Amino acid sequence: MDWLRTAISRCAALFGGRGMDADLDEELGAHIDLAIEEGVRRGVPEQEARMKALREFGGITQARERYRTQRGLPWLEVLAQDLRFAIRMLWTNPGFTLVAVLTLAIGIGGNTAIFSIVNGVLLNPLPFPHPDQLVALDESKPNFPTGSISYPNFLDWRKDNHTFASMALARGYSFSLTGKGDAEQVKASFLSSGFFAVLGIRPLMGREFTPAEDKQGAAPVAVISEGLWRRKFDSAPNVLGQLITLDGKNYSIVGVIPAKLHLPRISDDDVFAPIPQWTNSILMLRGAGLGFHGIGRLKRGVTVEQARADMGRVTRNLAAAYPNEDRGIGASLTPLKEQIVGDTGSFLEVLLAAVGFVLLLACVNVASLLLARAASRSREFAVRTALGATRARVIRQLLTESLLLGTAAGAMALIPAIWGTHAAIKVLPAALPRADEVGLDFRVLAFALVVSLLTGILFGLAPAFRISRANPQDALKSGGRGAVSSDHRVLGTFVVVELAIALVLLSGAGLLIRSLMRLWNVDPGFNPRNVVSIGVSLPPSMASASMDETRARLRELTERFAAAPGITAVSQSWGAIPMNGEDDQWFWIDGRPKPKNQNEMGWVIDYIVDPDFLRVMQIPLLRGRFLARGDDERSPLVVVVDDVFARKFFPGQDAIGKRIRIVSSDDKAAEIVGIVSHVKQWGLDSDETQSLRAEYYLSCMQMNDGYIAGARSGTGMVIRYAGSLGAALDSLRQVNKQMSNEQVIFGEQSMESILSDSLVQRRFAMILLGAFAALAVLLACVGIYGVMAYLVSQRTQEVGIRMALGAKRSDVLAMVLRTGARLAAIGVVAGVLGAIALTRLMGNLLFQVSPADPLVLACVCALLAIVAIAACLIPARRAASIEPMQALRTE
Amino acid sequence: MGEDRPDVLQGTLDLMVLKTLETMGPQHGYGIARRIEQVSGDSLRLNQGTIYPALLRLQQRGWIKSEWGVSESNRRAKYYSLSRIGRKRIEQEARNWERIAATMARFLTASS
Repeated sequence: MDWLRTAISRCAALFGGRGMDADLDEELGAHIDLAIEEGVRRGVPEQEARMKALREFGGITQARERYRTQRGLPWLEVLAQDLRFAIRMLWTNPGFTLVAVLTLAIGIGGNTAIFSIVNGVLLNPLPFPHPDQLVALDESKPNFPTGSISYPNFLDWRKDNHTFASMALARGYSFSLTGKGDAEQVKASFLSSGFFAVLGIRPLMGREFTPAEDKQGAAPVAVISEGLWRRKFDSAPNVLGQLITLDGKNYSIVGVIPAKLHLPRISDDDVFAPIPQWTNSILMLRGAGLGFHGIGRLKRGVTVEQARADMGRVTRNLAAAYPNEDRGIGASLTPLKEQIVGDTGSFLEVLLAAVGFVLLLACVNVASLLLARAASRSREFAVRTALGATRARVIRQLLTESLLLGTAAGAMALIPAIWGTHAAIKVLPAALPRADEVGLDFRVLAFALVVSLLTGILFGLAPAFRISRANPQDALKSGGRGAVSSDHRVLGTFVVVELAIALVLLSGAGLLIRSLMRLWNVDPGFNPRNVVSIGVSLPPSMASASMDETRARLRELTERFAAAPGITAVSQSWGAIPMNGEDDQWFWIDGRPKPKNQNEMGWVIDYIVDPDFLRVMQIPLLRGRFLARGDDERSPLVVVVDDVFARKFFPGQDAIGKRIRIVSSDDKAAEIVGIVSHVKQWGLDSDETQSLRAEYYLSCMQMNDGYIAGARSGTGMVIRYAGSLGAALDSLRQVNKQMSNEQVIFGEQSMESILSDSLVQRRFAMILLGAFAALAVLLACVGIYGVMAYLVSQRTQEVGIRMALGAKRSDVLAMVLRTGARLAAIGVVAGVLGAIALTRLMGNLLFQVSPADPLVLACVCALLAIVAIAACLIPARRAASIEPMQALRTE
Repeated sequence: MGEDRPDVLQGTLDLMVLKTLETMGPQHGYGIARRIEQVSGDSLRLNQGTIYPALLRLQQRGWIKSEWGVSESNRRAKYYSLSRIGRKRIEQEARNWERIAATMARFLTASS
């Protein structure tokens, strides 16, 4: 308890101020007076009594100091003193302070912004209870490590596993919502029971689906989003039990799910329906890949590895029971966070490293500023040392100054940090999963604080040690121009480091620019300009149409859209869409026995289209013919393949005239009538490395009833237009409205935007890295200029002597430039080595560019050399313009 | 001030102050210092100034308290007196000190 009372008393004394000192003085005065009184009483003369009293007291000043030390918190008082002094120092040098704080604020702000993104995307756990128990579930297939799960397989997985607490399945869909205001296409998902429970999301109202609703024949029920509830139902409290008409069928609403689901797959969805409500004839086919993907929650204490082993057992049993469909099919388990975040990690790490370099550069810059300034302050510190300040005390004082600078910069950096984070999130939701979870939280603020303090120490330490080591006598003698040659060495090192860092960043940006240029020059295999892909949902009344009626409707749709003003060519587009939607089929070559299971079949990307598809996409026809108008439901099945298909399945032969049997067309034989050029389905960068690349084209009019029935609710189309996209869409909507009020165009996406979205991450990295590199060059430029200008000012006298002894101005100019050039050369060499070592880590952001690309490195070196020389030029000219007499006289 | 008189150990001074206040009642700094010098028979070397940090330390612990008063010669002076806590602690501190002194004594006789 004694220590507590002492602590309280000491803290209280901090606020006592001058009154307490006066108190003490009076007390000590009384002591002396009393001593004198006693002496006088004993007959000693007053003067002598006073001397004796003072002698016995033993040093009033020391007693007062010790008393004060005991009274308050001395280290705090010293700190306050240091701080006051530091503020005064910075205040009297506003130019220096402003430059230093701004430089650091840019560095810290950039780091905080990028870190807040890294924090939100990579570090923070998913916003679900026990998020580490969540895994994403997929079927691993020969061609797809994470393919879709068939519904029957999922039901067995859920039944047979021992390691999952719960498991659920989902598939995206799009309903046309009618009967509530304007007809509207809403994003939706078919879900198994318990989907939200797996995530730990509770319905806002009502319930989610029950296991009974996982079975076919259950009454149609739906869960809606909070957004739809507010928008279409005016937040009515009695929404449960009301009917909602989706694709012409009435669903009874059983629940409302809160907004902000934080699961990318379903976060934009407005409607959820049980899986068996999907009218798809092959839903219950075990071999069907219908785009279902699962999530699961592991039982407490079960690791992903154990669950993998368990699911391995489950899928092996299924493969034994259903060899035709399930041979070679496994279960793929990925921690959910890993699946959501994907490969963003390496991309963000590159950015974090780059912005870290910018901060380092800012530190070096400020350190060299401080060092240059320190030389002029060496006298001040020499005086302090001479008056008894210890070296530790001087270092402490200097570090207080730099920490103050760092913290000021950190506080200021919050502005660019907040602004930068917002800007980044606005620019790149497409490139960044979990963007909605990014923000300034406690961890980000702590990061900013720690970075600011570390920054302060980092750039303050070197100058502090250097100054404090200076011999006070030398410093006093040299009259304040106490720069020593070792100072020059340190400053030279700073220049080298700055150049090297700038070079690393520049080459990173250069490599990305070159990668993007390469990518833009890759031929996607079609002409994306002036092409738009849309979805069209047919009126609910079509739901009961016959196959012939449906075909007639589709033909009418194609013809009327094609006749719309500004529209050049139109095609239905089912199956895969280049770069935007995957779909695959199986076949075997006619004349051979039908393979026993899918894995021994030929796998192919399928495009199910109209004859005009080639005109829409402008894909070159290599040989034979494309699908024609006559290839319809009454004529024999034909197929057009791409050159990859022809080479892979008919090597060394002419594919045209050959026949293949197509599983999805009821094993019918189709004749290959033409070969077209390959389309880069998997994107500009990764198509070459995919295993599934063969493509074929079928006529949608020749598809079987299952496909035609599927088109009754809606169809996809691709359209080539002339003029602007807006005008083309207006014109299409007008025609669409003429056809039916209940027919909706949705999901319009220009092919160009699909193409550029596929590069958005790289482009974002390039823009940021480019910005960082530009900043780095600017900082390096300022830094080199500052150092050179300082060195020149230090050598004024020397230059004066040289010139007095006959050196020409050009000699002086050359001398300074030589110094700069030497530093630049070392910096560039170090930078090139660093760049080659570090840009390797950019790995998958690069495309067909070696990290040591000579062109990029040469350009970057040349640029930096020019910048360095330019930065030296002004100081060099100043040196050359020195008047020798004046320089010598100022001594 | 002879060279053979030892400096006062810190904890010792505290106890001396407490003991002085116990025997003499409220007293000012000078009075305490004089009393300690007298009792120790000038065998200790005491800078009177060191008494003040000690007084502050005891006050911070709450063992003594202070108030301004007037001396016999009508001089304003700060008077110190034992607090309730301080009164209780004297016994304990004295025992501690005796134990240390006894231990030291044993060491000295053992090694001589």
